[in-house]
Amino acid sequence: MIHSIVLLPLFGFVISCLFSFFKSDQTIDRITQIVTSLFISISAILSFYLFVINLSDPQVYKFTLFTWITSGDLSVNWSLYIDAVTRVMLVVITSVSALVHIYSIGYMSHDDSKPRFMGYLSLFTFAMIMLVTADNFLQLFFGWEGVGLASYLLIGFWYKKPSANAAAIKAFIVNRVGDFGLALGIFTIYMVFGSIDYQVVFENAEKFNETNFNFIGYDINAITLICFLLFIGAMGKSAQLFLHTWLPDAMEGPTPVSALIHAATMVTAGVFLVVRCSPLFDLSVEASSFVTLVGASTAFFAATIGLVQNDIKRVIAYSTCSQLGYMFFAAGLGAYGAAMFHLFTHAFFKALLFLGAGSVIHSVHEEQDIRKMGGIYIFTPLTHAMMVVGTISLMGFPFTSGFYSKDAIIEAAYLSDAMFSNYAYFLGTLGVVMTSFYSWRLMFLTFNGNTRMEEQKFREVHESPYVMLIPLFILAIGALSFGYIFKSYFIGGASVEFWDHSIAIHHHEHHHIPFLIYYLPAMLGILGFIIAWYMYLKNTKLPAAVASLNEPLYKFLLNKWYFDELYQYVFVIPARGIGKFFWKIIDGYFIDGFGPNGIASMVLKISEKARSIQTGFIYHYAFSILIGLSFLITYFIFVI
Amino acid sequence: MGIFTIILPEIFLFLSSTLLLMVGLFYRRINIINLLTFLLIIFTAVLVIYQPSSFGFNNSFVNDEFSKTIKVLILIGSASTLLMFSSSRRKLNIDIYEFPILISFASLGMMVMVSSNDLLAMFIGLELQSLSLYVLASLNRNSLQSSESGIKYFILGALSSGLLLFGVSYIYGFTGNTNFSLISATYDKDSLGLLIGIVFVCSGLAFKVSAVPFHMWTPDVYQGAPTPVTGFFALAPKVAAVALFLRFLYSSFGETAADWQQIIIFLSIASMIFAAFAAIAQSNIKRLMAYSSIGHIGYILIGMACFNFEGVQSLIIYLIIYLVMNVSVFSFILMMKRKDEYCENIDDLSGLYRHNPFYAILIALSMFSLAGIPPLAGFFGKFYIFMSAIKNDLYLLAVVGIVASVVSAFYYLRIVKIIYFDEPSEKFDEFNSSSLNLIFFISSGIVILFFVYPSPILNIGNYAAKTFF
Repeated sequence: MIHSIVLLPLFGFVISCLFSFFKSDQTIDRITQIVTSLFISISAILSFYLFVINLSDPQVYKFTLFTWITSGDLSVNWSLYIDAVTRVMLVVITSVSALVHIYSIGYMSHDDSKPRFMGYLSLFTFAMIMLVTADNFLQLFFGWEGVGLASYLLIGFWYKKPSANAAAIKAFIVNRVGDFGLALGIFTIYMVFGSIDYQVVFENAEKFNETNFNFIGYDINAITLICFLLFIGAMGKSAQLFLHTWLPDAMEGPTPVSALIHAATMVTAGVFLVVRCSPLFDLSVEASSFVTLVGASTAFFAATIGLVQNDIKRVIAYSTCSQLGYMFFAAGLGAYGAAMFHLFTHAFFKALLFLGAGSVIHSVHEEQDIRKMGGIYIFTPLTHAMMVVGTISLMGFPFTSGFYSKDAIIEAAYLSDAMFSNYAYFLGTLGVVMTSFYSWRLMFLTFNGNTRMEEQKFREVHESPYVMLIPLFILAIGALSFGYIFKSYFIGGASVEFWDHSIAIHHHEHHHIPFLIYYLPAMLGILGFIIAWYMYLKNTKLPAAVASLNEPLYKFLLNKWYFDELYQYVFVIPARGIGKFFWKIIDGYFIDGFGPNGIASMVLKISEKARSIQTGFIYHYAFSILIGLSFLITYFIFVI
Repeated sequence: MGIFTIILPEIFLFLSSTLLLMVGLFYRRINIINLLTFLLIIFTAVLVIYQPSSFGFNNSFVNDEFSKTIKVLILIGSASTLLMFSSSRRKLNIDIYEFPILISFASLGMMVMVSSNDLLAMFIGLELQSLSLYVLASLNRNSLQSSESGIKYFILGALSSGLLLFGVSYIYGFTGNTNFSLISATYDKDSLGLLIGIVFVCSGLAFKVSAVPFHMWTPDVYQGAPTPVTGFFALAPKVAAVALFLRFLYSSFGETAADWQQIIIFLSIASMIFAAFAAIAQSNIKRLMAYSSIGHIGYILIGMACFNFEGVQSLIIYLIIYLVMNVSVFSFILMMKRKDEYCENIDDLSGLYRHNPFYAILIALSMFSLAGIPPLAGFFGKFYIFMSAIKNDLYLLAVVGIVASVVSAFYYLRIVKIIYFDEPSEKFDEFNSSSLNLIFFISSGIVILFFVYPSPILNIGNYAAKTFF
């Protein structure tokens, strides 16, 4: 069963690859769509089954498939290691992926290369599953790079669009920075522990608590260093502050991709990594504080940008970025269960929002700017309803999934006395208002009010087909109910049994949480809703007035805190300059000039000389003989 | 009678050639004379093979494994030349019955060279060979080029013979002996005079093997001489001269190896590098083959410089492969005819691939083999040579050899490029000469399939190298 969870996506990928070589026609497209969707759906059902049967009586499944690398002391296996964390991830990955596969049948119906798209989706799913089922860091790295590749391929899926190519390359390069940190982290783990097996590393972590490690001239605590490096990898993949710039641009890819990769699954790999390594992070106060700091800052920072963005997908992308920040600071504060819980619920409501946005885009003829929408709820009632569900879950409306998970995080920040916990609590609470505000701003601008579309287009707005809507219904169920159903397992009374030592769990003495604090996030969410309602439905002139009143701030937010420009000047332009220098001067002039081209032209010159020695005059020939003779004799007279 | 069994093949060849010369005077059927010469050369080879190892005439003439191997190679080279001659004699204006006779006299001279164990016997063999070759080079009296090449070869050959004789007199003067074995038993290692004698003799012999800087005659003679003669030059005399060179140094001066190795290393490096560069600028294929043979002599001299068993073994293997590759190329050059006129320019080969894909692939493979590309025979020749050089710490030779073979790959591959990719020129005449086709297919077959069953050639190398170590 477990093997089929892993291998079905791979088969789906291989089959659609084979089909993509044929000339695309109706039947082949249909077959690949059905085969890949079917395979992933089976995989999803099996994952869910596996998750449910292990809820109260968890087991650890471990299969070694075969040896991958044996080199000296290093021995790495391909294996499937399934504990509670992996099961949660498997449910998230396979179910969202299955729904996205089905959704894509409708969404991509006008595209020319459907088998390729379905194949990439399946490849991504396979790589993501490899990432989470690893029992060692190298296999994790394989999956990590595999999802990076799939993400690159899918962002640049419409490769004829220059902006899509640029976004794909940007995503790949920014991720490379993080991956470099991750790779260094894995090397450090191997140097300190002599193994990269999770089991060996986590069991021996405490022994090395006092070990120092020399890193670029500084003696640093080994565990702290490892955690820092691993977290840099996580920052790249999960688009945390400073390495976040690729995520909004990644929205150039088809919307189902954004839902699957850039909201629900891949970007949560960083959170997964931190949670997976919780035995290590628990030992390092410095690293954990850093995680909290970065997470909280991202949660706030991304939310501020989300306030003013106008592209429907970018708003949701910044929202994702911000929510990932929540997960990280929860993990940094030691509330790994809460982080996983938010990851779990977020996957459903964020995928719902993205797919809903995709449905909107599909309805309004590929328009993405929310300033050019409005009032379309009459034509798209089902999409509207589903988006509302997603939004209330995101804002943390009581008893929805987001409510339980986000509350758990904010509570953890309130209760914690770790470094930066107050900072995280403050920014997290502030973030709740903003989250609610920008979500509802999006909703109101898109669906309500007077339309700002051209009349012709407005009349042509239509509801999406059911193949796209049904996945929304299923996700909506998750977004509404999963929080309530699973909260006791993830963070409540049954959590110790549920997690079964797969993550580090801290037992706070049960402080009494004041009623006000408990419901504060929900109330702040409602406050955000009211502000949005007032500004965008009631008094529609207000936003422009506020913007012009705070012109510099507005510009600052609209331009995403000028991060792209900053990176352009600090990294891109100097790097391009260095590249040009090495290309033109070093390679072009010196290496080519003195290397291949130089040698080649020199050979020709020498051969011309050699040819001209051959004059045809017999006395020259005799002269040459005598010169050779006298040279040899002279040599011997002087040497001996 | 006993003593004559030692030189039985030589006596047989001499008497029968003389007889054929007489017959030819009255019975001018060149075909028949050629065929008879061919048969008697083959028969001589058989006699050589079945001859027991022995020595005689005051130890000035030896038959050992080495000399027998080399003699058979020489006779094979001569026999192939006769086949080339039979198909081209009319067209090339060399339709005279003396040709086969001269070939067989040259072979006789070479056989004496190879077996000689005495400075005088060596000189007699050398001169008998050289005189025949001078005549052969200028055989086409009506051609200016041919006569010019004969004259050049004769004058420079006389000069080199003079140097050689001068060296011989030095060696005799400083040791009091002319016999190789006696020289090696008596000479004074530190004598500078003796060393100068060795340098002179080496210069004379280097002329015969056409090592740089004593090579200048080679391109002119190769280009000027009628093609079958050129083929002969590339095949037999080179082999004989290398063998004589080797025996002279190894038998008489084994003790001072460190000294004469310097000479050989110098000649080897100079030949490899010069040939590699000079050949690039050539446009005539015969001239190109002249530089190619100079380069190959450079590699062969690496084996000689090693002065040990592996060195000789790899040298013999290289000689055999060199012989086969040259037979293949020259038999093809003789087939390059357009409207019954011979073509000698490299550019004439363009488009061969279109018209004759089968021949094109065979000649391309021969070129790859000359360039030393695996898994063809030429690669293994170089491989064994470089291996023995490295085993003997002659790293400089190995490195220079490899660099030179990289450069030389250029002009071999250029031919392949012309055959396959250049704008096709006119079609060649039908390749219908059965004798040329026969030797072309056999030799290129050996070149291509050597790697499948290399042990016979390796065993021959082993067998011949035993003589010295």
